[in-house]
Amino acid sequence: MEIFINLTILFYILSATGYVSYLFFQKKSFHKSGYYLLVTGFVCHFAALGYGFIESGHLPVRDLRETLMLTAWAVAGVFLAFQYKFKLRILGIFVAPLTVLIMVVASQLPNDPLSAKSLFNSFWLIFHVLSVLIGDASFALACGVGILYLVQEHSIKAKNRGFFFKRLPSLELLDSTGYTCIIVGFTLITMGLIGGIVFAKSIWGRFWNWDPKEVWAGITWLVYAVLIQQRLTVGWRGRKAAILSIIGFAILLFTFFGVNFLLQGHHGEFTKF
Amino acid sequence: MKEVKNKKNFALPEIVLIGLNHKTASVELRECIAFSEEEIATTLEALHDHRVIREVLLFSTCNRVEVLLISDNRSEAVETTKRLISEYKTVPIDSFEEALYIHVGDEAIRHIFRVVSSLDSMMVGEPQILGQIKEAYCAATENKTSGVILNRLLHRAFFVAKRVRTETGIGDHAVSISYAAIELGRKIFGTLDEKKVLLIGAGEMAELAMEHLLRNRVGEIFVSNRTFEKGLELARRFNGQAIRFEEIENCLQRVDIVISSTGSPDFILTRDQVKKVNRKRRNCPIFFIDIAVPRDIDPKINRLTNTYVYDIDDLKGVIDENIEDRNREAVKGERIVDENVIQFRHWYKNLDVVSTIVALRSKLDDIARVETKKTLQSLNHLSETDCEAIRRMTNAFIKKILHDPTLFLKSHTKHGPKTICLDVTRKLFKLDE
Repeated sequence: MEIFINLTILFYILSATGYVSYLFFQKKSFHKSGYYLLVTGFVCHFAALGYGFIESGHLPVRDLRETLMLTAWAVAGVFLAFQYKFKLRILGIFVAPLTVLIMVVASQLPNDPLSAKSLFNSFWLIFHVLSVLIGDASFALACGVGILYLVQEHSIKAKNRGFFFKRLPSLELLDSTGYTCIIVGFTLITMGLIGGIVFAKSIWGRFWNWDPKEVWAGITWLVYAVLIQQRLTVGWRGRKAAILSIIGFAILLFTFFGVNFLLQGHHGEFTKF
Repeated sequence: MKEVKNKKNFALPEIVLIGLNHKTASVELRECIAFSEEEIATTLEALHDHRVIREVLLFSTCNRVEVLLISDNRSEAVETTKRLISEYKTVPIDSFEEALYIHVGDEAIRHIFRVVSSLDSMMVGEPQILGQIKEAYCAATENKTSGVILNRLLHRAFFVAKRVRTETGIGDHAVSISYAAIELGRKIFGTLDEKKVLLIGAGEMAELAMEHLLRNRVGEIFVSNRTFEKGLELARRFNGQAIRFEEIENCLQRVDIVISSTGSPDFILTRDQVKKVNRKRRNCPIFFIDIAVPRDIDPKINRLTNTYVYDIDDLKGVIDENIEDRNREAVKGERIVDENVIQFRHWYKNLDVVSTIVALRSKLDDIARVETKKTLQSLNHLSETDCEAIRRMTNAFIKKILHDPTLFLKSHTKHGPKTICLDVTRKLFKLDE
């Protein structure tokens, strides 16, 4: 188990190195090695998670360490899927280091998952957790693309085409990728929230408890809903969409961590350490 | 005495390059000297018929006229070439002699490699030169004025050019205004396919940009001009639609790229106009290319979201940066050229008759020595005299076998030693390894 996690971290680090070298030297081989290393790391990670799942019989989200690792896995997976569809290679420079960061932080946390409760095995819970995490990963990608968009837009507008102009793809590609990330993320988050509500009903007997976590999840959902609605009606694209997807992700991060650390809520055990 | 004479005849011919280019000659002079296709053919023949010239290639572009010769007598070949140019182009030798440069041997090889790789071009990295020299080489082969040395040299040069292009970034970035605009357009729109374009005003540079855009398969085209007739004419040329000057604002709703190049002293498009339109365009990106001086498009428009304005100075800035990049890459190109000059020199030196015969002889000697040693080891009963007899016999074999080939290689045709046969011999016996 532990060896798989370490191997995963190693592969993610190597992949990040590959992508950073690609950014600087623009050699196709660097990007390719970064990509395949990430795939290897992803498979390795999957093996580790699968082993843990079978061994304990629970979805590995019982403490912060496990939750973070599952998130990193989701981020890597969503990136690989998008890379396959959009060929937006340069995004790896954002994603690979991000997975490394999450994994390294997670591996430093104590590893003693609390006594498992039977509720971790409900279908609705697993559905809720996986949809929300994959949705979050898509939003993380949207944020990364948004940052790249702003950088590239700045280099075009300021007319000083420096380091990034050559290396980043066209604004159009960045914009449409970001939009797809948002759509995918929004769909999954919506499904995840519905799963969570159904689950809440089955446990607490109520759909909505006005718990801080629920409230903030609702706010996050609304921000992205507004983004999509504005794009469809008034055509909020490009710069505004990029900025909003970064703000949205900041709120999402608060919902993910901030609520658990600063406020009280019934999701506390997911981020206990 | 006989030795000396032999040596002289078998000496390798020299590679000589005579020419003038944009660095040494003015445009007027280059125009006078430039050769047309037919002239090249006749000049090639005339040069090739000359006694001291074995192979010849001539290329003439707007920036250079160069003659590449393989000759046994450098000074005579150079004089002949000058005289022929002067006769064919009816210009006195004095008028162009000063602009000529003459490279011999390694320098000539290096020069031709640099020219073909576009390292010597006025605009470093421009891609046309390779095609132009390929054509010139075709002309030389058609007229049968190129032989084994030029063939090898030119093929090597094309190889070098390809390596320089793929291994360095010498041809990477746009170095003309219109290309730079297209490159920027691609960074904004990804692809220019089906993008709608509005051309305001006319002018050489705007039309050039338009042609580049057409080549990139843009979609609908609108043309607007103060005088509607002129607009109609341009619209016909680009297969577009002419609109009146007053309709421009309306048209902005539908287009993605605007090229402006009018003689107007004021801005044609102001920030407020574009801002109003942007809402109707649902914020789709729009790219203004302002080629006019004074400017047509208010630079403040650049500050609006999803709106990009590049004027002529901005585009020039882009080009300057790109040229710097190319020059930096050219250094890598020079290294590739140097490597190949050394390799070519090695092959060329070995074309010498004497060295080929010596190499052939030593190869056979080596084989004979190894084989006799092997045989004699297993024949212990033979006396030392017997062994000696066998060794003598093998040596005699080699001598007899080599006798005719040596004579053949040493004999020469009207154009001197048989370079082709030497080359074949070297390949046949793998003497270059």
